Amino acid sequence: MSQQLPPKKPRSTKKLVRNIAIAIAIVILYLWTFLSINVDFARVAERFSSNYDRVVPQLISPNWERGPEVIEMMIETIFIAYVGSLAAAIIAVPLGFLAAFNMTYNKMLSTFGKWILSGVRAFPEIILAILFVVAVGPTPFAGILAIAIGSTGMLGKLYAEVLESIDMNVVEAMQANGANKVQIMFHGIIPQVIPEFLSYAIYRFEIDVRASTILGYVGAGGIGTMIFFAQSNRNWSDMGMILLVIIIVVTLIDYASTYIRKRIV
Amino acid sequence: MSNPMHKPSLTEDQYAPMLSPWRAKAKITMIFFVIIMFLLFSSWRTGVDLAELTRGFGNMTQITDKLFPMNMSILGPAVGRLFETIHMAIIASTFSTLVVIPVSLLAANNITTNWFVYNITRFIMNVLRTIPDVVLAVIFVGLFGIGVFGGIVALFVFSLGILAKLISETVESADMQPVEAMRASGANTIQAIAYGIVPQVLPQFTSFSLYVFEINIRASVVIGLVGAGGIGQLLMNQFSFNNYGAVMTIIAIIFVVVVIIEYISGKIREAII
Repeated sequence: MSQQLPPKKPRSTKKLVRNIAIAIAIVILYLWTFLSINVDFARVAERFSSNYDRVVPQLISPNWERGPEVIEMMIETIFIAYVGSLAAAIIAVPLGFLAAFNMTYNKMLSTFGKWILSGVRAFPEIILAILFVVAVGPTPFAGILAIAIGSTGMLGKLYAEVLESIDMNVVEAMQANGANKVQIMFHGIIPQVIPEFLSYAIYRFEIDVRASTILGYVGAGGIGTMIFFAQSNRNWSDMGMILLVIIIVVTLIDYASTYIRKRIV
Repeated sequence: MSNPMHKPSLTEDQYAPMLSPWRAKAKITMIFFVIIMFLLFSSWRTGVDLAELTRGFGNMTQITDKLFPMNMSILGPAVGRLFETIHMAIIASTFSTLVVIPVSLLAANNITTNWFVYNITRFIMNVLRTIPDVVLAVIFVGLFGIGVFGGIVALFVFSLGILAKLISETVESADMQPVEAMRASGANTIQAIAYGIVPQVLPQFTSFSLYVFEINIRASVVIGLVGAGGIGQLLMNQFSFNNYGAVMTIIAIIFVVVVIIEYISGKIREAII
C-alpha cells in the first residue's frame, strides 16, 4: 500500500522557522494592538443608549425640505470632481510616460517618475484639501486642486502600466521605416493606449465624486460643507437627506461610468 | 475566390467607422465638444480662477512661512496618536475580513442560488460602498461619542463594503468543477466550500485583506478629522488652532507611514500571488 502513495514533501527546516517567525510576529502585533488600544466600553454603551433615540430615527426620516439645497450642493460636488479629474487625466499623461520604462529605456528616469507618483498617492485627498485651503482660501477651487493632484498619482501609475504593456513591435516597425519620434508617438503609441486611458480616467471620476463629497468638511466646497454643519448642529435629519442624495447620485454615476467604460474598451 | 454573396453579415455598428469615417469623426468631435463645454460650465460654476492660483503661488512664501519651520514639539503626542491610528486600522481590518467570509459567499451567485438572498446582500453591500468613509465616521461618532470606538466601527463598515465586492467577485470566478465533483461524492455544503472554493480564493483573499488594511490606514487618518480618534483628530485640532507648523509635522509623519506601509504590503502581496 505504502508504495502507491506519492513521496512525502521534504520539510525544509528553513521554511518551518520562517513560518514560526511569521506566526510569532502576527501574535505580537495583535497583542500589542489589543493591549494598547483603550476603548472605554462602559462609556461607549452609555453614549450609545443616550444617543440612539436622537440619531437613528432622525437619520432614517430625511428632512425633505432641505432637498433642493442639498441637490444643488451635490451638483457643485460633481462639478468639482469633473474639473479635478479632467485636469488629473491630462497632468497624468506626461508623468505616466515618464514612469513607463519602455518609453525612455532609462531606469533612473522611470524610477524617478514612479517615486513622484507614489509620493503623490500617499496624501489622502482631504489632507491635500487642507493644504490648498491654506493656499487659495476656502473655495471650491481648493477642492478642485486637491482632487486634481490627488488623482494624478493613481492615474499616472495606471497610465504607466498601460504604456508598459503596449505592443512594442509596432513602434519598432515604425522606427525601422524611418518615422520620427512625433510620428511614432501619434501613430504608434497613442492609438494603442487611448481606450484604456479614457476608461481609467472615467473610473477615476467615479472615485473622485465619492472623494469630493467630503472635501467641504475642511472648507473646500461641495456637499461636505453641509455635512460639517449638520454634524456641528447635530441635525441628523439633514444628515439623512445628505446621505440619501449621496447614495443615489453615487450609484447613478457608478452605473453610467460602468456602461461607458464597457462601450469604450 | 470568395463569393461576395457569402460575406458574413456585419451589423451596422461594426461597419460604421470603416464605411463612413466622417461619421465617426463627427461623433468624436461632438463628444469632445460636450466634454469641453461641460468643463467650461463647471469651471464657471465652481469659480475656477487661475489668477487666484498664480496669486496663491505668489503667496507660497507666506504659506511656507506658516507651515515651516515644522513644530517638532508635537512629535511625541503625534507618534502616540499614530499608533492609535494603526491599531484602529488593524482591528477594523481583522473584523471585516472575518465577517466578509459569510457575506461574500452570500453575495456570490455560484454559491447562493437563492435569487432573493443574493440580490438583497448585493444591494446592501452596494449601498454601503457608496457612503464615503468620513460620512460613516460622522454618523458613528454621533452614535458612540468622540473617540476610537466610533472610528473602528466606521472603518469596519467601510472596509466590509469594499471587501465584499472584491471577494464575492473572486468567488464567482472560481472553478466550480471541484465543488461539483465533491457534491457528487457526497460532501455537504460546508465541506464543498472548505475544500473546493477556499483553496482557490485564498491567495486573492489574503491579498485583498492586505489591500484593505492599506486603505484603512489612510482612511483612519481621514476619519480622525471628524473626531474618530487617531492622528487625524490631532491634525484637525492643530488645524483649527491655526497651528500650521504642527500641521505640517503631522502631515509629514502621515506621509512617511503611508509610504512605508504601502511598500511592505505591496511586497507581501507580490510574494503571495
